[in-house]
Amino acid sequence: MNCIIIDDEATSRTIIGELCSNYNNLNVVEVFSNAIEAIKYLNHNETDLIFLDIHMPDFNGFDFIRTLKNPPIIILTTADADFAINAFEYDCIVDYIVKPIKPKRFSKSIQKVEAKFNEEISRATSKKNNPSANDDFYVNINKRLIKIDIQSIYLVEAKGDYIFLKTDNKNYTVHSTLKKIEEKLPDHMFLKIHRSYIININRIIDIEDNSVLIEKDIVPVSRSNRPELMKRLNLL
Amino acid sequence: MEDQPNLNYINSLSEGDKSFEMKILGIIKKEFKEEKNTYYNNMKNDNFKLCAENVHKIKHKISILGLEKSYEIAERYENNLREGNYELQNRFSDILNKVTNYLNKL
Repeated sequence: MNCIIIDDEATSRTIIGELCSNYNNLNVVEVFSNAIEAIKYLNHNETDLIFLDIHMPDFNGFDFIRTLKNPPIIILTTADADFAINAFEYDCIVDYIVKPIKPKRFSKSIQKVEAKFNEEISRATSKKNNPSANDDFYVNINKRLIKIDIQSIYLVEAKGDYIFLKTDNKNYTVHSTLKKIEEKLPDHMFLKIHRSYIININRIIDIEDNSVLIEKDIVPVSRSNRPELMKRLNLL
Repeated sequence: MEDQPNLNYINSLSEGDKSFEMKILGIIKKEFKEEKNTYYNNMKNDNFKLCAENVHKIKHKISILGLEKSYEIAERYENNLREGNYELQNRFSDILNKVTNYLNKL
């Protein structure tokens, strides 16, 4: 992974560079002492990962992210934990590390980056190999075709001749089968955990015995599907 | 008990790589000196906002040198400056002196 470091402190830039040097898959291609220079660089170059300081004079880390059309994976680095809440507003931010960055904490962060990076590669490959694989699909409800954003789906439940789709914005009842919708959903993101339920595995909050908490729903996990579910989790 | 500066964090990064230790200490010394001078200049001009920015940068070096209690004081002082008051100024100056003395001996 090619990465760049943006930090107004030379000490921080050197420490992050040293931490990166312990990972064969991290290649620091450029370091910047301010966000403006980094924006100029990114206008002509691509990168996979950015280590970004939040607290910089004139143009802070969040200002910088807002200038990027297609932001790469970003790890925020800061001396303050106070900004952490803002980080949740950005999908591209995979972690938030408080300085001074400890090697163990850095390692955990890189694991998160690798998971996200692999997920993106697999999504791109899946799209390439299967042109019909989309980010959305349409369902017919009361003679209207309604677009459903796949990423927004967190739970699919079969109820007789209907399926119940739960998304971030709205819930939908569709005349279809679980098997049909399973074919539309990307394997890396969704898993059938019970004969009546498919879940978005990225949205799991916790797992207890034979049930999964996903958003506010408790969903049963069948004994036969449990091993596959456990295999798909990034367990510590 | 007053906390004492140490190189534990730097050692944990270097894992015995002396050239890296030399390099990072050189950068810390240079940057700390510059930031301290800028801070005192901004102090003279009563520029609270810029002083807070200087303290923000300096406090990272304070934490790198393992000064946990001093870091807490620096953090409170930074917040005070952002609110426009100099409370903890003297204690922060003591910390700056402590770090300066330590870095000079390295």
